[in-house]
Amino acid sequence: MYEGCFLVAGGNFGDAGAVSSSIKKILKKMQLPGDLVRKAGLVSYESEINIVSYARRGMIRLHVEPDHILIEAIDEGPGIPDIELAMQPGYSTASPKIREMGFGAGMGLCNIKSFSDIFKISSEVGRGTYLKMIIKTIRDSLHNREKGSGMTWS
Amino acid sequence: MILREIKDILEAEVITGEEQMDMEVKTAFMADLMSDVLAFATAGSLLITGLANAQVLRTADVTDIAAIIIGRGKSLSPETVQLAGMLSIPILTTKFILFEIAGRLYSKGIRGCIEKVGNK
Repeated sequence: MYEGCFLVAGGNFGDAGAVSSSIKKILKKMQLPGDLVRKAGLVSYESEINIVSYARRGMIRLHVEPDHILIEAIDEGPGIPDIELAMQPGYSTASPKIREMGFGAGMGLCNIKSFSDIFKISSEVGRGTYLKMIIKTIRDSLHNREKGSGMTWS
Repeated sequence: MILREIKDILEAEVITGEEQMDMEVKTAFMADLMSDVLAFATAGSLLITGLANAQVLRTADVTDIAAIIIGRGKSLSPETVQLAGMLSIPILTTKFILFEIAGRLYSKGIRGCIEKVGNK
């Protein structure tokens, strides 16, 4: 139904969020329900903030299918050495600059997880991080398809 | 309550969105941590904050915030004001500290967009 790719520059704090605003606008135009558009904008925004804050560069991909919205955030950056630790609420390695913006309290990945219906993360130290977020637009339609489809970094 | 009344109560200056002063709001969320705004603020609420940067606007846009009230006399950069115009989000600034903003609005009927956070 829709496929798009948006580049995000690492360290460009002034524009952080611009991609997510665009994504939201596209989804709104497609007349998807407001609460789903909001969720998609939210997970995209937290991902975008992460790329800007930590990575050299990255991209956010948006796929809209009849039964779900898929958002992928792929970056070239330092990677996450301990994903389990990074997922813990309150754990953060944020710089003062990130905290000045109102982020860096260790809530980003938790927020992404709680607003996604399906969330997957993989990361390789020194290479980058991959986030996959699915928001279902029809309840439970993805259950069988997603079973056993492991995510690998390549 | 409409934004114009809120402006009067808070002796606020309207930075953007003068034409939206008749918008009605009933609830608010207050934080300086944008991740918490993303986690807890509900659509159509006021965002009360002491931060005055582009991320406040982006966060408000993503969460469908009705209007932003910036307290503690913080001022916005011209770029941030321009972005607010682009996103068409009304912004009011006031010299009141956040506690006073919340108290004054609560006493006139504005309520929290949620009362407590749920158990996650």
